[in-house]
Amino acid sequence: MTGLGGGVVIIPVLCLLFKVDIHYALGASLVSVIATSSGAAAAYVRDGFSNIRIGMFLEVATTLGALLGAYLTAKVSGNWIGVIFGLVLLYSAWASLHKLHDVAHAGPPDPLALRLDLKGSFPDNGHENEYVATHVPAAFGIMFGAGTLSGLLGIGSGAVKVLAMDYAMKLPFKVSTTTSNFMIGVTAAASAGIYLGRGYVLPSLAMPVMLGVLVGSLVGARVLARTEVKTIRLGFAAVIVALGAEMIFNGVTGRL
Amino acid sequence: MSGKKEHGLEMAMGRMLQIGVTLAALVVLIGGVLYLAQNGGTQRDYRHFHDATPATTTVSGIVASAARFDPRGIMAFGILLLIATPVCRVIFGVVGFAVLRDRLYTLISLIVLSVLLFSFFSQR
Repeated sequence: MTGLGGGVVIIPVLCLLFKVDIHYALGASLVSVIATSSGAAAAYVRDGFSNIRIGMFLEVATTLGALLGAYLTAKVSGNWIGVIFGLVLLYSAWASLHKLHDVAHAGPPDPLALRLDLKGSFPDNGHENEYVATHVPAAFGIMFGAGTLSGLLGIGSGAVKVLAMDYAMKLPFKVSTTTSNFMIGVTAAASAGIYLGRGYVLPSLAMPVMLGVLVGSLVGARVLARTEVKTIRLGFAAVIVALGAEMIFNGVTGRL
Repeated sequence: MSGKKEHGLEMAMGRMLQIGVTLAALVVLIGGVLYLAQNGGTQRDYRHFHDATPATTTVSGIVASAARFDPRGIMAFGILLLIATPVCRVIFGVVGFAVLRDRLYTLISLIVLSVLLFSFFSQR
């Protein structure tokens, strides 16, 4: 609903509140990211907004990025991960407050998009809206970056994915948000293999986080339906900013 | 290009993900209950990173320890099932696009699948 996954909250809470080693926090968060993505898929599929071709094409970039990111987690110190994480949190808070709007499509369609079949249509008020992606190479590049962040930080990096699809490919936001949800699970699975092999995924820690996220998303969907969206967005963004600032502070002072 | 068939593929993917997540959650829940029953009061050290055992870090190790009904192995197996759901989605993509005779996207799905498999079976 707020467009932010659970990872951005889980990692700071585990690290700052429960003093868990940041690598275990990354592993537990990544598991919860997959749970959220796969768990929400059923509802999204029913709407028919997601585009599996665009999703699959961009997953080439995000999964390769995720491999790089997961490789980097072993090379980069926990403090640096904390600082980068904090910065991504601040960006996510900013992005969640910005309302997405469909940008009017101008100019001829991207020939690369046509060759790759990156187009589709979705139902809106009884008639079919057609769309074709633009700026495909730029979007592919941003997606590689989104995948790297996802693998490095154990998050879904949905905010960056939506950025690539909205601003570069100029997809309708209903298409970009639902397609990004699908991609998040596949991207996270790419780094999950490496995390698992390194022992970041501690079953006894991931267990309560995963079950909590699944129950929480069921309850949350019901509560959210009855609450003012704008209030939630504002409140959530404030929490994220606070957590992000604290992660940066702890990273800079070397406490992670 | 048939939009209806593609929507069918999407629906199948969604259904599969739903079943996968439910199954994974049940297995993790069972493992979690057993784990808490055995290790109820003890506090584990999560503050520092330890070297992990193969029983929870390799696919074969997890399957073997889950088969011994080790609670930690069962939880790890449930988590493995969860991680497998998006991988299955990509496999659905490979098969689905092949059925739709879309060679380009069969190939693209295969590339994504090989990246995923590489991450599981490369560095041990």
